[in-house]
Amino acid sequence: MRVAAQGGYLTPRRRRRLRETLVAIASIGVTLLGLVALTFFIGRMLPLDPVIKIVGENAPQAAYDRVYRELGLDQPLIVQFLGYLKSAVTLDLGNSLTSGRPVLEDIGRVFPATIELATVAMVIGTGLGVPLGVLSAMYANSWIDHVVRTVCLIGYSAPNFWLGLMGLMIFYAGLGWVSGPGRIDFVYEYGFEQRTGLLLIDTIMAGNWDAFRNAVSHIVLPAAILAFSAMTYISRMTRSFMAAQLTQEYIITARVKGLSWRRTVWRHAFRNIAVQVLTVIALSYAFLLEGAVLTETVFAWPGFGRYLTSALLAGDMNAVVGCTLIIGIIFVTINLICDVLYRVLDPRTR
Amino acid sequence: MDDMHQHGFRGWLAAPVPASAAQARAQQIWLGCKRFAANRSALAGLVFLLLLVIVAWLAPLIAPYNPFQQSLSARLTPPSAAHWFGTDELGRDILSRIIYGTRITLYIAVLTAGIVAPVGLIVGTIAGYFGGWIDLVLMRIVDVFLAFPSLILALAFVTALGPGIENAVIALSLAAWPPIARLARAETLTIRKSDYVAAMRMQGASHLRIIWSDVIPMCLPSVVVRVTLNMAIVILTAAGLGFLGLGAQPPSPEWGAMLSTGREFMMNAWWVAAMPGIAILLTSLAVNLAGDGLRDVLDPRHD
Repeated sequence: MRVAAQGGYLTPRRRRRLRETLVAIASIGVTLLGLVALTFFIGRMLPLDPVIKIVGENAPQAAYDRVYRELGLDQPLIVQFLGYLKSAVTLDLGNSLTSGRPVLEDIGRVFPATIELATVAMVIGTGLGVPLGVLSAMYANSWIDHVVRTVCLIGYSAPNFWLGLMGLMIFYAGLGWVSGPGRIDFVYEYGFEQRTGLLLIDTIMAGNWDAFRNAVSHIVLPAAILAFSAMTYISRMTRSFMAAQLTQEYIITARVKGLSWRRTVWRHAFRNIAVQVLTVIALSYAFLLEGAVLTETVFAWPGFGRYLTSALLAGDMNAVVGCTLIIGIIFVTINLICDVLYRVLDPRTR
Repeated sequence: MDDMHQHGFRGWLAAPVPASAAQARAQQIWLGCKRFAANRSALAGLVFLLLLVIVAWLAPLIAPYNPFQQSLSARLTPPSAAHWFGTDELGRDILSRIIYGTRITLYIAVLTAGIVAPVGLIVGTIAGYFGGWIDLVLMRIVDVFLAFPSLILALAFVTALGPGIENAVIALSLAAWPPIARLARAETLTIRKSDYVAAMRMQGASHLRIIWSDVIPMCLPSVVVRVTLNMAIVILTAAGLGFLGLGAQPPSPEWGAMLSTGREFMMNAWWVAAMPGIAILLTSLAVNLAGDGLRDVLDPRHD
């Protein structure tokens, strides 16, 4: 910004950076355009006839033709695409064919549930994953390392929807430690005002502690299952970042100076991997949104994932395409944030 | 030193100076096998996968029951001597269904690998070798595909194509090729500047020939490792599609689909959902173990 405002301020280095930034922005623009094109293509591959979906099998030919024109299907493909592009840019994703409401409105309504679940999962996953990854690298080939690596191996080999089912069976049906599917028991559902849509926060704001405890008992299990997959990813990456740092010479220097191993690792090496770990955490947040699709189905969690799967099963193409587009945009944005974080926080990239 | 005095095939494999290109290659493969076999967990993974192949191949001989045979008098019976893994809600033997299910899982994984590896290799090597606008265009396409989480992309494609195993394979392949292409491109970028490629070009070799005979063989090891490791993800995603009812359709004994019917009876018949899940877990674990071992052998730069 400052560079653009002060014209004579463009040193060659700044000019290069400005150009890099512009290229990055342009390539993100192209990616987003491609995203829209891909979802358009997916929407057009549909074997079902969207007109029949609206007017029904036995509609007279006149009604069929009218809806056919209304949907713009008589236009050339490129005109249809431009129309789709325009509606994508203005985030007008059309109406859901099942609920009848605008897709964006539907997504806005279900999204807080997913954000809440993914955030709790990420906090747990990070809280466990980072220390375990560091410990694993710190005591490489010790029993801690082997345990962590085995747990991670199982974590990324296990289907998380199955873990969810087993968790429900053991901790809900068997032991009764947690509440079952859903976000909150029906009794509490209208006992407080839903201001943010995040039930944990809403119940606290309303001071309704019974409802809060109930919401916690509902979220614990799905969040733990999601956190497990996030944890395996985060700790695996942390371990390999840390292992790379520990071969550096400054580590030996610090040790020769008499610093304890623990202090060397946490004070010296960890600072150097902090930015990398941060970007991994951000990326794992994006993957949590993906993992939520199956987990939400298992736990009847009324979030984005369940909205998407029910749209999939109903053949509601507007909703499917809309959800896919939104997820794509979120993914690109998170990647962009990671990139920026990297540039801003890591002095080595300057 | 003893090896030098060995005779016969072993001696030929251990000869300190190979006499022919074929011998050198055989020695390399032999060393690789030895390194792989020294890694016990990788070996265990490979043995398990081989077992799966045999089980899938001989399914009619191994399976104790017909996987589609319903027996309403034996509904939801717990694991016993007659039914090791119990029976499902229609009285079908779960062990037999899992045994037949290996065919579907292997079919999906192998077919997807067979599509993804060549497509990724071709796109990646062409982009990396020619560079310029070809690279730019191809990599933008890859970026677009990578902008979606693979499950979401596979879900969207499978909805558009309609449910079924073949469509699931297409959808999984569409979602899985971009990382391979990106990897092949990165490898190609380091190879295309090398002297032997320049030498080939000066000898008048065409671009296609250089890509085919010099670039692709050099990319193969890392691509094979990556595709193998990705198969674990493909197996999990395929099971997820089946679980959502978008993959193989009932009564097909696909593991993910079995899990989703087992879900309804989970609370009083744990085995219906537990058993197929364990099968999925063990298979993807075996792929991961074998893939890690393969990486240690083929991709020495890693770690």
